[in-house]
Amino acid sequence: MLLSLFQWCYNTWTGAGIRGSTWLFPFIEAIHLLGLVMIGGTVLLVDLRLTGIVLQRQRVEDLARGARPWLIGSIITMLVTGVLLMESEALRCYYSPAFWMKMIFLGLAIVFTFGIRQRVALGEIPTAPFWTKAVGFVSIILWSGVGIGGRGIAFF
Amino acid sequence: MVYGHQFVEWLASTSGSIALHESTYVYTAVEGTHVLALCVFAGLTAMVDLRLMGISFRAVPVSEMMNRLVPWMIGGFVLMVITGALLFYAIPVRTYENVFARAKLVFLILAGINVWLFHSGIYLRMNEWGQDPIPPKRARIAGTCSIFLWTAIIIAGRMIAYNWFDNLFV
Repeated sequence: MLLSLFQWCYNTWTGAGIRGSTWLFPFIEAIHLLGLVMIGGTVLLVDLRLTGIVLQRQRVEDLARGARPWLIGSIITMLVTGVLLMESEALRCYYSPAFWMKMIFLGLAIVFTFGIRQRVALGEIPTAPFWTKAVGFVSIILWSGVGIGGRGIAFF
Repeated sequence: MVYGHQFVEWLASTSGSIALHESTYVYTAVEGTHVLALCVFAGLTAMVDLRLMGISFRAVPVSEMMNRLVPWMIGGFVLMVITGALLFYAIPVRTYENVFARAKLVFLILAGINVWLFHSGIYLRMNEWGQDPIPPKRARIAGTCSIFLWTAIIIAGRMIAYNWFDNLFV
């Protein structure tokens, strides 16, 4: 069932168009990479503050509020470019363990980020210092898993 | 250019280069580390640039943000240079001839000049403007140049991997 979904993705006009073009895949991939860097920056900045490693004198809310539009914007950029890249090599992705590892981490990271991490960082949930630190570390680990899995798709 | 070519030919013939080129896992690990280090360095640089431009984090003093994040940025940068050098060492001749690798080097030099101009100029008087929500014009220009140059560096870097551009301009 899942395989037929990937087959359908592979045959979409966008997937076929990207496969047939010399420039499109690298160009979309470069934008995908820029999105990754922006997510990396926003996640690290706020999570390092949550863990208490940097900028202890600044309010977490100030950093989280400033980072929010860039976080949401880069996640949307990543999803759009990511879907396009996946369509163009959908069948390879289906058989790639790295792709599935990435998808699991991505699902967990998005649920955790918007379900817990953003609320803690924006001060919507009062949290004890130990749990604030834990939220920061978990967020860094989940997003690192997404990045490492993504890089791995090219090899595994 | 003849000497440059001889040098990369020699580099490619060394046993370390061949071993790195032919290994599956070491090369993959080096490349993965390069991307993660890029995330740390360029990601945090982008955050500082947005603050320098006066776009985001206006409640956080520029001086605080720069001073606290610079150790992380330097760590990411060092890791990026080491892994980047190893990636070049693994594939010297092709990378030397690659038009995007050359463009990337030019953008890197420009980014370095931008940092140097900033640190020898408006940065020296940061105690006067470090708390301002919107930094002075020269700081905003430095932030803008940095963010565009690093965008160019990342795009050029990604393009080096694609061999279908190899003989485009050579």
